[in-house]
Amino acid sequence: MKKWMMIVDVAKCNNCQNCVMAAKDEYVGNDFPGYSVAQPSKGHEWITVDRHIRGDGSMVDVTYVPRMCNHCDNAPCVAASGGAISKREDGIVLIDPAKSKGRRDLVNACPYGAIWWNDERQVPQHWTFDAHLIDGGWKEPRCVQACPSGALRSERVSDSEAEALVRDERLRVLKPELGARPRVYYKNLEVTDACFIGGNVSARNSTGFSDNVEGAWVQLSIESNGVTHTAQATTDVFGDFKIDGLPTQGGRYALEIRHDRYGIARASGKYADSIYLGSFELR
Amino acid sequence: MKILALKAILNALPLVINQMAKKHESVRKHLHGKNVTVEIGLRDGRVTRHFIFRGGKVVGRPGPEANADAHLMFKSVDTALAVMRPNPDYAVVLDALKNFKATASGRDDSIVWFGQLMNLVASSSWKFGALMGDGTTRYTNLTNGGPLYVYVRDGKIVRTTPIDLDDSDAPSWTLHARGRSFTPVRKATVNVHALSLKSNVYSEKRILYPMKRVDFDPNGERNTHTRGKSGYVRISWDEALTIVTDEIRRMRSQHGNGAIAVFHPAHHQWGNVNYWLSALTRFANIIGTTKMGMSPISWEGWYWGAQHHFGNNLRVGLPGFYGTLEDCLQEAEKIVFWSSDPESTSGVYGGGEGTQRRLWAKELGIDFVHIDPHFNKTAQLLGGKWIPIKAGTDAALAIAIMYQWVQEGLYDKEYVEQNTTGFGEWRDYLLGVTDGVPKTPEWQEAETGVPARDVRSLARVWGKHRTYLAAGGMGAGLGGACRGATGAQWARCMVQMMAMQGWGKPGVNFGNLQFGVPMDYNFYFPGYSEGGISGDVVNTGSAVNNYTRMPHALTMNTCKQIIPRQHFPEGIINGHCSGHLWDGFSLEGQFPKYEYPLPGYSRIHMLYRYGGSSLGTVSNSSRYIEAYRHPSIEFVVNQSIWMENEVQFADVILPACTSFERWDIAESAASGGYIAHSSSQLNHRVVVMQHRCIEPLGESKSDYQIFLDILTRLGAGALFSEGGCDELTWCKRIFDSSDLPRLVSWKDFLKKGYHVIPPDPSTIKTPVEMRWFAEGRAKDTPEMNPLPGQYPDQLGRGLGTPSGKFEFIPSTLRRIEADDPDRPALNKYIPSWEGPHSTQTFAKYSLQLITSHPPYSFHTFGDGKSSFVNEIRGHRALVDGHYYWILCMCRGDAERRGLKQNDLVRVFNDRGAVICAVDVSSLLTPGVVKAFESSAVYDEIQTSEGPADRGGCLNLLTPSRVMSKTADGIAPNSCLVEVKKWDGVVLEVA
Repeated sequence: MKKWMMIVDVAKCNNCQNCVMAAKDEYVGNDFPGYSVAQPSKGHEWITVDRHIRGDGSMVDVTYVPRMCNHCDNAPCVAASGGAISKREDGIVLIDPAKSKGRRDLVNACPYGAIWWNDERQVPQHWTFDAHLIDGGWKEPRCVQACPSGALRSERVSDSEAEALVRDERLRVLKPELGARPRVYYKNLEVTDACFIGGNVSARNSTGFSDNVEGAWVQLSIESNGVTHTAQATTDVFGDFKIDGLPTQGGRYALEIRHDRYGIARASGKYADSIYLGSFELR
Repeated sequence: MKILALKAILNALPLVINQMAKKHESVRKHLHGKNVTVEIGLRDGRVTRHFIFRGGKVVGRPGPEANADAHLMFKSVDTALAVMRPNPDYAVVLDALKNFKATASGRDDSIVWFGQLMNLVASSSWKFGALMGDGTTRYTNLTNGGPLYVYVRDGKIVRTTPIDLDDSDAPSWTLHARGRSFTPVRKATVNVHALSLKSNVYSEKRILYPMKRVDFDPNGERNTHTRGKSGYVRISWDEALTIVTDEIRRMRSQHGNGAIAVFHPAHHQWGNVNYWLSALTRFANIIGTTKMGMSPISWEGWYWGAQHHFGNNLRVGLPGFYGTLEDCLQEAEKIVFWSSDPESTSGVYGGGEGTQRRLWAKELGIDFVHIDPHFNKTAQLLGGKWIPIKAGTDAALAIAIMYQWVQEGLYDKEYVEQNTTGFGEWRDYLLGVTDGVPKTPEWQEAETGVPARDVRSLARVWGKHRTYLAAGGMGAGLGGACRGATGAQWARCMVQMMAMQGWGKPGVNFGNLQFGVPMDYNFYFPGYSEGGISGDVVNTGSAVNNYTRMPHALTMNTCKQIIPRQHFPEGIINGHCSGHLWDGFSLEGQFPKYEYPLPGYSRIHMLYRYGGSSLGTVSNSSRYIEAYRHPSIEFVVNQSIWMENEVQFADVILPACTSFERWDIAESAASGGYIAHSSSQLNHRVVVMQHRCIEPLGESKSDYQIFLDILTRLGAGALFSEGGCDELTWCKRIFDSSDLPRLVSWKDFLKKGYHVIPPDPSTIKTPVEMRWFAEGRAKDTPEMNPLPGQYPDQLGRGLGTPSGKFEFIPSTLRRIEADDPDRPALNKYIPSWEGPHSTQTFAKYSLQLITSHPPYSFHTFGDGKSSFVNEIRGHRALVDGHYYWILCMCRGDAERRGLKQNDLVRVFNDRGAVICAVDVSSLLTPGVVKAFESSAVYDEIQTSEGPADRGGCLNLLTPSRVMSKTADGIAPNSCLVEVKKWDGVVLEVA
């Protein structure tokens, strides 16, 4: 049977929050018997958007990562639930509101923090992939329908089709090391678990003023956890370089910057996070 | 024959009414509402019949009835037949009424009631909404953030969703650029506040019945000083309407013309019938009120500055945007976003429509530069070079770029030669010939914080590549850096820069891909500023199209007095104030000053307030509190949906309903003349029938119905409603006045709830903004209301400036600069009057506060009032059970003050104090703090350091000073504050 999967392209997410709001609009005040009881009006984030900021000074970037129940194929919550949480044939994980009554322990069963406790109704709750709507013939869950930029996409595919999508679009899941096998996949997620080292290159012009240097060659070497990485870049029209994809553990860096006409600059130091080193003047 | 026909109609009338009452509850309910007798006949007595309505039934009787409650008499049988037919031609009806070919006399409430009954009989069988098979019915509605499907079960809203277009809707356009084809997703996307409205409809802050302030006695002690402090008691509609109408009568007789002021916000719920420029304006004109003088807020620098260089006064000084989407995607190599964050502001009412188009630009490899003190959402999504800048210094950077262009010859000399005047004087200023100070990149560095080398790089990149300038939220102006003391200088620089780069040539224009899609620009459907049902041809855009296309009765305000909105508190407290006009008919229209009060007119003693937003949205709003409590304001009535903000300062509150609870009709994102063709920011033009999805909550009523109830008590209900038109009837009249009936029948439109206006075929190209000017041709882009007097030579030849050319030194400003030296014709850099150069203030308050248009609420709409929007991270922060407004600041500024993420802080200056939660990040320029401008919540508390607002109304702190003596724009982004950790101790809640 074909199963649902979600593909989140973080490069297209502008944090408009429509997905967050669609889940509130759908579930607050509405019971869907057999699927879910009403979400409390305050405090639950069945769908939420995390903000990742990197860098400082004039070189920063921001990535928004929408998160929700992953509808895992090897879901820890299902295993812990004793039948209160089940996996449907179409891939959707459902918490049975009747069977799970009083099971506050199930909130901690999710390593992704995607299960919420409804104090008033005494049930654990999650985003159901809008199973009640899907079963009613809707073609996609509401968060996807409300997404204006195409950052969210739902697919109903066979296992082999899913594998092909993962391969072709280089999809990843959150925390794969947990082995939960989520059905929510991410595209362009690399920026959230890599560092960059950036800087600016300048030189004195003939009148003695500082000018940005375009086309300077930057050689970076990194020592992180005993491993040495090297990378190269060329400065852009603003004299900027940004070398991305570095390990997040931090370590030591060494830079050498050269330009045939303007000379050379060297720098080294420690980095613990993405870092903008400011301007280097070639001499 | 005709006599017989009339007799037959009158004979059959009771039968028809009784039958319709049997079939339809709405008719039944209305019929039970009144016992009246109505006489209908010909003036010559040849036909007369009267109808007795008793206990929900009607019987007809032959002959006259002198004691009838209403008399409808016609001069001729032709008139009678024309007026009484279902779906009449209103041009004929209006002619009959205006020229007394038909008269309605007797009791006003009976005439209105009978007219409404007739309209109900005609409309009760109309069908709307779709049964979904699961017990829900799906209706449609339209909001400030786009169109919605509204699913209703058992009279309650279950959900709201964006509308997916289907095969029965018009096709989408396709653009071709650089070997790629682009077609938008077939959906009407929405903003998040639109999707939050269910929570607003059922908010605990809804006002469900009329209320009176406990210590307000219209016949005794009014206690004006306790406004905003004392509580409310429920009263009946009858008592509320009695108080309001008695006060209106008393104002008229005791104080005279001008005593009543109608005080409305700039925005409203969507809908051409119930909009403030429609029903409220009609109501106000009939009452006779002092008008609230609006200034073009958000247009500041463009209206008071830029337009003098290039005309476009009819667009409130903004550049146009026609054809720019295609031109930008095909031709531009760079886009410079300058104080432009469309991912936050979505144009205006633009849903998520522009995002997809900006992602296309990214896919095509167009480079982006972002000049902003904040690494804003647009920069975050698109990436590119960020140039952080100190707030309010943008003009200095722009001037230095222009200096560099001159130095290196990187500007379009031929264009400047042929199409502009005054460049020599401007060049001399740049080079320092005039004042001995060359405006070099080094000159600006200390002022702006932008390294000189980056200015040189930017000047070169820009000067050597075809570049789109995205200036302000729309890309073609609006919001951002234009809302400050230096806003006019900045906006003027923006157009000067474009003139130097060949404005209008391929790939050289204003825009951020938010506007200018290839739609059908010739299809007419009215936007909200076109006056709706106002009948006001002076103060709305009605005269241009609406008034001639939808025959309806003219209304005119008998009171000529205007009180300028931003000087309103001074007007009340000091008894006088002055303002400058918002007049787009000429460049000079803004120069005359007007005074409040007008000689011989009454000062204001009663406020008819419409909603509550001032404390959150108007500069230095702390002044409003004193004004509200001033003893000269004898009566304040507020017609509001929610108990929020300044509503709590009213004496009587009338409960209005939301747009989901009443009928209306409108086109998505179509504002009309303010931003002509503003629906071109949408991928598909959508006209929406705003179904009455649910019954009004509690005892709330539509705005239209409240006005009608008041005016009926004042004997003007029949005039207001044109003989008892209900809102649905007005919707049909608006539909009929548009081009829509050529595409879809009323029946089908009403049932489905929306219609997509097809784009032009690809063989019809939209002309590109200013291309005609660059190529020396006659203007070929739309001119909404041609005013030949604006052109020095022929209509449409050259620009609407005195020279017909782009004027680097505007001759219109040259005429007034002696009187206002801070607004010189030569656009020289003058530092902000509230900023780092204000030495004494800056020593106390060293942070520059920017308050921008919010992404998650529409001004105050969607904020507060238990809205789901409060829950959005980045809109408000939940700390210790309270939702605080968020203030963004950079790490260094936070560390220096010992602040960390989500700490509660006191933001303050001499004007007041507001409690916020801080968001600490590396996304702000040091020395600048940023928040949204429009909290809906005003929540005064006492702290150990004095009173503070816990709601987040940061406009309590912004200056009321205008840009310059004659440039009467607000300057909220020129605001110095200090930020300090708050101890969290509330001594007293007001």
